[in-house]
Amino acid sequence: MNIHEYQAKQIFAKYGVPTPKGLMAESVEQAVENAKVLGGPIWVVKAQIHAGGRGLGGGVKLARSIEEVEKLSREILGMTLITHQTGPEGKLVQKLYIEDGADIKDELYLGVVLDRAREMPVIMASTEGGMAIEDVAHNTPEKIIKIAVDPAIGFQGFHGRELVFGLGITDPNEQKKLISFASKLYKLYMENDAEMIEINPLVKTGSGEFLALDGKMGFDDSALGRHPDIEAMRDISEEDADEREAGEYGLSYVSLDGEIGCMVNGAGLAMGTMDTINYMGGTPANFLDVGGKANAETVAKGFEIILKNPKVKAIFVNIFGGIVRCDRIANGILEATKLVDVHVPVIVRLDGTNAPEAAEILRNANIANVIAATDLADGAAKAVAAAKQAK
Amino acid sequence: MSILVNKDTKVIVQGFTGKEGSFHAEQCLAYGTKIVGGVTPNKGGTEHLGQPVFNTVKEAVASTGATVSMIFVPPVFVADAVMEAADAGIELAVIITEGAPVRDMQAAKAYATKHNMKTIGPNCPGIITAEECKIGIMPGMIFKKGNVGLISKSGTLTYEGANQVCREGFGISTAVGIGGDPIIGLSYKQLLPMFEADPETHAIVMIGEIGGDLEIQAAAYIKEHITKPVVAFIAGQTAPKGKRMGHAGAIISGGAGTAAEKMAALEAAGVKVVVSPSEIGKAIAEVLKK
Repeated sequence: MNIHEYQAKQIFAKYGVPTPKGLMAESVEQAVENAKVLGGPIWVVKAQIHAGGRGLGGGVKLARSIEEVEKLSREILGMTLITHQTGPEGKLVQKLYIEDGADIKDELYLGVVLDRAREMPVIMASTEGGMAIEDVAHNTPEKIIKIAVDPAIGFQGFHGRELVFGLGITDPNEQKKLISFASKLYKLYMENDAEMIEINPLVKTGSGEFLALDGKMGFDDSALGRHPDIEAMRDISEEDADEREAGEYGLSYVSLDGEIGCMVNGAGLAMGTMDTINYMGGTPANFLDVGGKANAETVAKGFEIILKNPKVKAIFVNIFGGIVRCDRIANGILEATKLVDVHVPVIVRLDGTNAPEAAEILRNANIANVIAATDLADGAAKAVAAAKQAK
Repeated sequence: MSILVNKDTKVIVQGFTGKEGSFHAEQCLAYGTKIVGGVTPNKGGTEHLGQPVFNTVKEAVASTGATVSMIFVPPVFVADAVMEAADAGIELAVIITEGAPVRDMQAAKAYATKHNMKTIGPNCPGIITAEECKIGIMPGMIFKKGNVGLISKSGTLTYEGANQVCREGFGISTAVGIGGDPIIGLSYKQLLPMFEADPETHAIVMIGEIGGDLEIQAAAYIKEHITKPVVAFIAGQTAPKGKRMGHAGAIISGGAGTAAEKMAALEAAGVKVVVSPSEIGKAIAEVLKK
């Protein structure tokens, strides 16, 4: 789960990680009110969406008067912001963050993520803040310092020294401040089961203070149960409506651009099915993992969500029944076709436990647009052919 | 021969009397797995599925001589269960549970490593040595005995791969579902040498996914150390960048971990890479008939 910048900064503040003062606004009036409370003389008006690249997309602007705050808030609030992380459809700006302008001397990058290879959190830092960090990592990897912190010992002095010397910070006072900053960030990463924290830029002000000018945080969904305060920060308007609806039924759904709807059990087989459709010359319309507990209701819901997409010309149901029995799924499909108007051909491949019984059920039901397939390749080929025919 | 487990392996179940634990332990027993007992706190001294129940893993190990534990406890108790198994001298823990917090698994894995306990999973179908020992939730009947070893991040692709291998007239020595979570136990790199050393295994199927770099590490290892033919499939060639596909492991971050990168690395290591999982069976037939 991801949260907004203003929420990340609330968590930072709780742990004593310094940030500029700021207030969230959901209307232009509130934005102006916030600007007055902050007092100026410079404010930053920032769009709050769950995506990076907001500045380049026109969602972060500097204001030098209350009037300018009002004008910019009116511009940004309600705009559809398109950045390299939002996809071409962009994201509607529904919240603003009005923040004190900072006296920026240097821009750094600081983040904490899990290093899967080392199996411990790693603090990443760079003097090349404010830029796309992936580009820095790709073109000049030596400019990114990575410090793995073993949770068994926690953040120690040597981690801090590695950080400041690595960044070329020589002033003892500044060293102390940045080490404290990083140690607090590590602490809040661990205590909140964060998946990643990214501060880009972390700025050094003219007076040698370090401030988190931005803040992105994502959390381990599996651990949200023990963090009700974090879970309360969920902004469902930032999530894809179809993906969320699917999630409520235990389905994992991601919409794509193609024409063949997919309903599969297991994430790996679901991706493998998409790959096979592509290999056979078709295009997948979605990723949909029905999980291990597929029944008539979830299958019906799956059909409903897939068919909301007007581009879908055929559906490929690909189930490898392990513990789930295929005959039950076949019955589920029959039930589902009664509950939902399935107006495109449905290619069904059921393999594994009780597959012959399942084939028998589908054969006897004799539904016009349900086509049985013998294996993955056969199913994908039939789905691609059906989609082409529908054109 | 096989790797890690066989018909003589003694297994206990942590979370034995729960709904999932009971159901799958029963299936494993029916398959022929030597499940010699289970652990459920406060149910020690009772019997379940004809096997003794213990309060602690230590008691279970002392009384049964079990060396492997199959873990079905709820997600937030997984780390505790894994560490208890390690502390009690279990040699291999197979963690089936889905949804264990990453921070917990980090600590549990570190503790297991310190105690020389191997782990498989979490969030995986488990391990099976065909027609001898099934420790997990996979449908046993699709795994016919044979000479192909299988390692997979994905559960249903394990079944798909094994099924195709068997339909081509070959069979499986041992299949391991390693799971796709950010922190996992045994990975390709640790399992490949075991298959290389197993005289019964003549070829290896490796099924990967987008995200992380385990497959890249595997490719480097194969190039240097593996002489047996390897067939690989990487799921997620058509997955859009930056979108999450169910598994926590299936995330593309930055430029690393794409299917294309992994496929290229494996091909460069001499692996036969297939572009669709539907080609796995045929590819195995090709490499074994040479």
